[in-house]
Amino acid sequence: MIWINQIVQGVLLGGYYALIACGLSFMFGVMRIINLAHGDLAVLAAYLVWAIVDHSGMSPFLALALVLPLMGALGWLIQRLMLERSLRSGMLVPLLTTFGLAIVIQNLLFVQFGADSRSLAPAIGDLAFDSWSIGGQIYISHLAGLTFLVALLMLGGLQLLLTRTPLGRSIRAIAEDPDTAELVGINSRAVYAAAAAIAVMTVAVGGTFLGMRATFAPYAGPAQLIFAFEAVVIGGLGSMWGTLIGGIVLGVAQNVGAQIAPNGFLIAGHVVFLGVLGARLASGNTRRRIRALLGRAA
Amino acid sequence: MSADSRFSVQRWTPVSAASVATLVALCVALAFAPLLLGANAIDRLTTLFIYVILATMWNALAGYGGLVSVGQQAFFGIGAYAAIRLSSFGVGVYPALLLGAAFAGLVALVLSPFALRLRGGEFAIGMWVVAELCHLLVNLDHLIQGETGTSLIALNAFAPGARREYNYWLALTSMVALVGLMFSLLRGRLGSSMQAIRDSEEAAASLGVRVLAAKRLLFVVAGAGCGLAGTLYLATEISFQPASYFGVQWTAYMIFMALVGGLGTFEGPIIGALVFFCMESLFGASGVWYLVGLGATAVVFALYLPRGLWGTIEKRFGLRLLPVGYRVNQGKSDADGPARN
Amino acid sequence: MSLLKVENLDVRHGQLQAVRGISFEVREGETLALVGANGAGKTTLLRAVAGAHQPSGGRVLLEGVDVTAVPAYRRVALGIALVPEGRRLFAGMTVEENLQVASANGRPGPWNIERVLDAFPMLRARFKAKAGNLSGGEQQATAIGRALVTNPKVLLLDEVSLGLAPIAIDLVYQCLETLIASGATVVLVEQDLGRVLRVATRVACLLEGRVVLEGAAAQMTREQITAAYFGLNRGAGRQSA
Repeated sequence: MIWINQIVQGVLLGGYYALIACGLSFMFGVMRIINLAHGDLAVLAAYLVWAIVDHSGMSPFLALALVLPLMGALGWLIQRLMLERSLRSGMLVPLLTTFGLAIVIQNLLFVQFGADSRSLAPAIGDLAFDSWSIGGQIYISHLAGLTFLVALLMLGGLQLLLTRTPLGRSIRAIAEDPDTAELVGINSRAVYAAAAAIAVMTVAVGGTFLGMRATFAPYAGPAQLIFAFEAVVIGGLGSMWGTLIGGIVLGVAQNVGAQIAPNGFLIAGHVVFLGVLGARLASGNTRRRIRALLGRAA
Repeated sequence: MSADSRFSVQRWTPVSAASVATLVALCVALAFAPLLLGANAIDRLTTLFIYVILATMWNALAGYGGLVSVGQQAFFGIGAYAAIRLSSFGVGVYPALLLGAAFAGLVALVLSPFALRLRGGEFAIGMWVVAELCHLLVNLDHLIQGETGTSLIALNAFAPGARREYNYWLALTSMVALVGLMFSLLRGRLGSSMQAIRDSEEAAASLGVRVLAAKRLLFVVAGAGCGLAGTLYLATEISFQPASYFGVQWTAYMIFMALVGGLGTFEGPIIGALVFFCMESLFGASGVWYLVGLGATAVVFALYLPRGLWGTIEKRFGLRLLPVGYRVNQGKSDADGPARN
Repeated sequence: MSLLKVENLDVRHGQLQAVRGISFEVREGETLALVGANGAGKTTLLRAVAGAHQPSGGRVLLEGVDVTAVPAYRRVALGIALVPEGRRLFAGMTVEENLQVASANGRPGPWNIERVLDAFPMLRARFKAKAGNLSGGEQQATAIGRALVTNPKVLLLDEVSLGLAPIAIDLVYQCLETLIASGATVVLVEQDLGRVLRVATRVACLLEGRVVLEGAAAQMTREQITAAYFGLNRGAGRQSA
């Protein structure tokens, strides 16, 4: 029974990973850019929400509503000022640019907020503690359930955006062929900027839930980036629902690993990640699932 | 096209020959430094040599090989860890340091069939995950005591003064050997292969370039090099905390040095290491703001000066001090044809 | 009244000068055909007119307005639409989506998705199919439809017969002829001289980035064009027929 509970916890954790990873997957699908500052942006959002909550006592969810447009604007800025130039220069420049940005964000957070860990858990009261119990052996915390639900909504929303809206079609067109997209009247710079804003807004939601389920500190970003990246890659680069599956696989692996050995949590996750990569290479199946993102229904 | 008498391929120019000669002379002179300079200067120079090694290795991987690894700290840590382990088995300290580096190279070799088939971002972050995993696995060794770490106790057998000097000479020799090795590798077939692979892997393979073998050689040498840097660092620090050796900040430093110096040039990382060294010496004490500055500088260079300091100079003046490339000259005059690297 | 005017256009491809000082004019309702060997600069020229390629010198004028500095996507809104060489459809998107994405960014006018389907009835059956799964002829039809749905004032077509079976080419040209008959202004790059002489009002022949022959289609012979095409009259400068 303990194992089943661990698996359930893993699935729920997967929901969190999917939430934090969907922005990364989205950015990669659209722009082929891996944003190494992704995790730090999540932590930044968590700090912003925390600062508002600390200052005004309002609910983190309300604070998130205020932070979302801010983060969206930040995503827009990052795209226009930094990533736009890197788009056609190959892989190296965006990696280096976003890595530098990550370092700047981490250390500025340290300057502003100090080294102490913070958490949003105190601000959500019972939500942080309550859980449903099934048969007295399986526990589903309210927060984890909510996180999973929000992840589903987010992924579903992004998928709908891409398949049903004019903006989504423009995004897919640009992802396929930015040159020809311009020839049919799409303003690719504006669309890229919108996509970046959307991606960073999803990161903000992820960061808020990070703050609610755990503590965060200025240098916590890279760890989140690695989890997000692992989830995206396990599920298949470029597939939105794949990110959910990847997150679940990662969460389950980690929890099962923790059950096996005291240090097993992180190790199991990394081993499964590398194992999936290796298996994919071995079967020759490393084709990118961009098409899944761009056309096929979920 | 008529016979080759109209064109000649030149590998050395008077300037580059003079530069290399100067550098060699400088290195010989540096060997005598412990006799002339104080303890602090020797320590700082040792650190500089370590930075040069790291920068050269990362640049070889990313700039020449197109392999952007955010996980070279894996080998940095593995080298140091292996040295400690070997020393605990009774191996002499300095041999342990060298063997530790060799072990790091071996790990790179074992990883290569997997790692080198990864592309782009998967390779970059895949290597980071490998580094994290190595960190976690090393923590499991009772000798290391988790994050508390341990020390290379056997070093205490040497008096601090002698230890400092041995470290210095080892670092100097290592740096010269590794940079020299890279230089000759990249001047030779490997350099041309990597260039071809960078431009088009398929086309290169169709010409008979053994793509995987070329990348593997580069990867293993870079792994061993980073491992050697790690053991040298251990020799100077004596203590080993996994978090600090396996931390991603080492990649950050390597990226900074290679990028600022000039990615894909041979002189670049050396200059980048010097710049980084100076910045650290001057501003390192500012703690967090120093790091912010590093990050911001990296962003600015990536966006506006992607060729780095040396890359920009080289492009402007066609200057090459450490000639890894070729010059095609027309006729017998000294007029340079298009320089290629 | 001149709809599209190109003045002394210079376009580079990296180090290579692809287009050298080309000038031509297209009046409303005219069809100008650009012919020439591969590498003569035709595609580069069309792309420069559409805004996908920045010229290093010269001007592009639409209805007398200088649009040289206008980015490609805004030229679509102004009325220049290019059907690119090789079709360049968004392969992962359906025919419907390819048309939708262009329609959303075009000008208001008589053309819409429904009318495109009327003009190319074979697309109705393939409306929800992925563009990458279509046959060559269907792809070309979609590509032309995608340009038409933006209601262009000038339609640029780059080698629409490339890689198509003869039957497919016939179909495409049938539609083109209907289009032209209804008064459309077209600039057409084409290798098939027979078809060119049938549909075009004027013909210009390019060689190594320059116009070496230009004139009304009705007054040109295949021999003249062939000679110009292969540069047999080099040294005779630009000829008018």
